[in-house]
Parts: sequence; C-alpha cells; structure tokens
Amino acid sequence: MTVLVDKNSKIIIQGFTGKMGSFHADEMIKYGSNVVGGVTPGKGGSKHLDLPVFNTVKDAVNETGADASILFVPPAFAADSAMEAADAGIKICVAIVDGIPSHDMIRIKRYMRRYTKSSKMTLVGPNCAGIISPGKSMLGIMPGHIYKEGRVGIISRSGTLGYEAAQQLKNLNIGVSTSVGIGGDPINGSSFRDIIEKFETDDETDAILMIGEIGGPQEVAAGEFAKENMKKPVIAYIAGLTAPKGRVMGHAGAIVSAYGESAIEKVEILKECGITISKNPSVMGDTVKSIIEKI
Amino acid sequence: MDIHEYQAKKILSNFGVTIPRGGIVYSPENAENKAREIGGSRWVVKAQIHSGARGKAGGIIVCNTPLEVAQATDKLLGKKLVTNQTGPEGKIVNRIYIEEATDIEKELYLGLVFDRSSESIMVVASTEGGMSVEEISKEKPETIIRSKIEVAVGMQNFQARELAFGLGIEPDLIRRASDTIIGCYKAFSELDATMVEVNPLVISKQKQILALDCKMSFDNNAMFRRSQVSELRDKTQEDSKEIFASDRGLNYVSLDGNIGNIINGAGLAMASMDMIKLAGGAPANFLDVGGGATPEKIVKAFKLVTMDEKVKVILVNIFAGINRCDWVAEGIVDALKKIEIKVPLVIRLAGTNVEKGNKILKESKINYIEANTLEDAANKAVAALNK
Repeated sequence: MTVLVDKNSKIIIQGFTGKMGSFHADEMIKYGSNVVGGVTPGKGGSKHLDLPVFNTVKDAVNETGADASILFVPPAFAADSAMEAADAGIKICVAIVDGIPSHDMIRIKRYMRRYTKSSKMTLVGPNCAGIISPGKSMLGIMPGHIYKEGRVGIISRSGTLGYEAAQQLKNLNIGVSTSVGIGGDPINGSSFRDIIEKFETDDETDAILMIGEIGGPQEVAAGEFAKENMKKPVIAYIAGLTAPKGRVMGHAGAIVSAYGESAIEKVEILKECGITISKNPSVMGDTVKSIIEKI
Repeated sequence: MDIHEYQAKKILSNFGVTIPRGGIVYSPENAENKAREIGGSRWVVKAQIHSGARGKAGGIIVCNTPLEVAQATDKLLGKKLVTNQTGPEGKIVNRIYIEEATDIEKELYLGLVFDRSSESIMVVASTEGGMSVEEISKEKPETIIRSKIEVAVGMQNFQARELAFGLGIEPDLIRRASDTIIGCYKAFSELDATMVEVNPLVISKQKQILALDCKMSFDNNAMFRRSQVSELRDKTQEDSKEIFASDRGLNYVSLDGNIGNIINGAGLAMASMDMIKLAGGAPANFLDVGGGATPEKIVKAFKLVTMDEKVKVILVNIFAGINRCDWVAEGIVDALKKIEIKVPLVIRLAGTNVEKGNKILKESKINYIEANTLEDAANKAVAALNK
C-alpha cells in the first residue's frame, strides 16, 4: 500500500483549464501521474492537454472512474470545489490554493461529517505542496526529481522546508515512501495526526519525519498519538525558534497564541512523547539517518 | 487585520450589543464639542491605537469638564503610545474616542476565538474583567468558563444563557446578557472575524450591560467578501515596511536583528531564521517571497530589505522547485542592477538546476558570498557581519 496515492490513482484537475491548473497538470503527467481529465464548469465536452474536460466532478467520476483530485481554483471558490469533490465520491483531494478563509475551512469539515468513515474523502491542504509517492504518483506541485524512492515518510506544513528535507535525505542516499504537505493554514483538511496514523499502517514506510512549526495544537496531538499508538520511529523538526509571540509568520496558522504553541514548548512536549528531535533544520537528514540505521 | 476600538464598538452595536454613548474626534475643539453633545458630567478620552493595555500607557484619561476633554485630547493626539503590545517604537495616536463615563458595578470578560483543536468557535468568559485573558488564566483560572459553538447551526440561546448564569449575572439581566453574547457571536461568524474580545463587559450601576472596551480582528483571507470591514484598515497603525510588503504580495515581519532575509516559503524562512540564531546572529526580518519566488518578487524583496537601516548583511535562501534556480539567479542579477546593495550579500540556492543558477551568479560579476547548505548560509552571514 502507498499512503494516499499510487500508480493506479486516477487523477482529475479541478480548475483544469486555468493557467495554474494547466501548468501543474502537465508537470504531473510528465512525472508519470495518471491524470485522466479535469473539471472546468462551462467547458464540459471539450479537450484540454488531450484530456477530457467535464462540467462537474460527478460527470468526471462517472466517465473516468477518477478517485483523486487536485484543486487549482481561486480561494473564493475553493470550499465549494472541495465539497463538490467529496460529494462526487473522490477519495483523496489535495487543495494547493493559499488564502481560503478559515470560516470556509470549518464549513468544509462540517459538511464532510455527513459521510461515514469508509466513504469520507481525505482532504489534504489547503496552502500546501501536495502529495508525492516517488516513482509512483505525484498529486502536487513539488519538484519530483528531488525525491528518491525509499522508505521514509515525510509530513510537512511548509512546502519548501519539505523540499529541503527530501533533498537532505537524497544527498544521504535515503529515499521517501510518501511525502505529504498538510499546509500552513490554521484549519486544514488533514492534521499531522491523521497522516502519521496512515504511515504507521503503511508497510512501505519504516520511519516518519514530521516537520512542524509554531502555532496550533497539531504537532503535540500527533506526538501524543505516537506515544500511545506507534511502533515506527518518528523524527521531528519544529521551525520558528526565533518567531516573536503573537505575530503571523507567513503561514496563516503560524502564530503563537497559547501555551504549548511556541517552538521550544513543542520540542519539549514532543521529546516527552519519545520523538527524536532534529535540533536544527540542516540536520533533518542526518537525524533520520541516525534513527533508521538502528532499525 | 485589526481595527480600532471605536470601529469594533460600532460593529457590535449593529449586532445588538449596547455601548456607552461616544464619538470619534480628530482635534481638541472637536473633542470639546463632542463632550457637550454627548452630555453628562464625566467623560473618558481614549486614544485609538491598535493595542490593548492603553490605560497603563496613559492613553485613557477620565475628565470632568469639556475643557478637560479638550486638554486631554490635545495631550494625546500625535503622541506615540508604547504599551506592552506595541514594541518599543510604539503606535501613533491620530484618532480620539470620547465616551460618556460609566458607573461600573461589575467588570466581566468575554472573548470569542477559533479553537483550532475542535475546529469550532470558542466563547470564553470570566468574572474577572479588566485583566488580560492571559492574566486571568494564570491568576484566576477557576473563573473561566467556555462554550464551544457548532458553526453549522450557530450559537443557541441556551448556550448564551448558560454562560450568563455562569458569570453570576442576576436573573433580571440574563436576557440582556445572552443577547449581548449572541450579538458578539453573530458579528464573529457573519463578518469573518478571527477574534472578538469585550474586556471589560460591564454591568453598570444603572443595570445596563455595556461593552466598555472591545477589540476585533478579521481573517485577511476573507477580506475579498468583506469590503465594509476592509475599509476600516488603518495603515498608520502598521509598520511601513510591512505595508509595502503586503501591498506587493510578500509576507514580511519586522524583527530586531541585523541580518536581512529573502527566503521562499514560510517554513523555510522560519528555519533559516533559526539557523541564524544558532550561528550567533539575529534576523532583521521574516520575509517569505512565496514558494514560487518569481524574479519580480525577488526584485521587490531586495527593495524591501534594503529599506531597513538595521540590515548589515543580506541572506538570500531560495529552494527552487518548479521555478528553477537559473530563473531565480537571473532575477537576483536583475534586482542587483536596479538596486544598490551596500552590505555583504550571502546567497544560497538549492533545488532544480542549482548548478546553472550558481553559474549565472558567478558569471554576472555581482559581489556576493556563495553558500551551499542552510547551515553554511547562516554561518557565512554571521561571519560577514563580524568582519
């Protein structure tokens, strides 16, 4: 099993004919992702990049059997598109877009409560780089060539810091099973805990690198989950040691507003949960290496 | 986005929250007239800045005559107030709010925020109004009561009633108190707020429930559909470099150190700042030019960082993905043709086409220090500072 996507995933692009959608659809196809079409309301029946365009996600699912989607729609319409994907039976949806209002994210998550666990779509993002299972499929906007195939799972809020980690691992000849960017927003589709749980049951993953940052309760929640439920080693780096309290550091979610949300506090709590801390961002690869050598 | 107290009061009063009578003024003459217009025998002159703790900083003055109101206004207008939230540079007072004084019987705390754990709206209340919520949770945590609101159905009367009874409000006033709480909730949910705080919410001797001071913050991502709210932005309360940045699609936060940063991605930017600190330096800013880091954004970023006189070294750290390093390097070379840099410049490129990117930089004859890793970049930036 590959976490979230594999070679068989049938991918549609929501916001297919726009500039971003077209560019990244092309990149994904070049990487080898199985893109089967896209959705742009009003352009159904036409072809784009030699693939069919549909008016609705339901049409796309009925015609192509799509089970994965990636959103390149503007933030004002993103919540609507994510709910449309969930309703059409898409299993995994990645929202790349930055700038979705928090009230809309809450609305999406409440909407998805209507589905049972087995029929519920996994939403990843927004404001993220997406998902890649190297050598199999890319449902995202990352530079695919920096990821070597292997057995380390990566979960990162930040896109470029996730790339940094993948590059460090590659330089040490360590590969990645799947890398998931969960995004920098305060309320997101999947949390660290949601993804870490999937990695624990993934037989292609031996160890997990979690790259968090200041703000919010998610890193600590994942640490507590790992302490109680996980056998695989978890390595973590938390960015934002120098971030001042009460200021938003680029990501809407990167703001320290309560106890346990600063980098130092998160590191302390994660250590207590038995997680190995990468003491700075330039040794993420080395720290992972020291742990997997012991497995 | 933050707004002023008087703006927040106006909004909340539209949602059924009672506020003391008052008005905004921009001059002492104005203030004197406003005091007469409001009537009564005691007034409060309140400096409008985007910060709490104004009282301790001398920004709130109680007056007994309209003349005193004029004098207090004169004293505050144009002054920079330094509170524990503004930083040492303080914030300038350009607007004064004159309000009738309230005879306070009891001060309460009421706050609404997003709860990121439960992904709902959390209402927090306490009988210890007047203190900051941090102080209350430290000193009187037992007085705090909370209510999680299911956003799909909104706040129910019983939830507001429970909070009101929990605050020990007398039975005759419960209805008014719950209407006030629900009004705040509605303002929060209908206007894409991220925070509403009424502190203190008071019960007056005349048995009125009044919002005596309040603060509201809004989701910047939702301002496209809240034009009336976004018009309330007061740029005089923001750092000029941060305004320059936000107008150009850059994420910038001004800091105290002297190493200027230009980085793509918020996480990588925070990580680079951490490395600078570990290397013994201090960042002058957080600057995320966006994951894509287009050459246009890099030119703007150089302009912004060179505006800051504190900056003694500039560190550029770009991890290029889809936006290849050669393209980024051309952007840097282009920027340096337009902008003169008088301080040492450390550049670290990584990712797609890194060799090509470094070659372009070398051949361009720009004066810079090349770095290869995050650690190398931070060490070289700090070393350049010490030369």
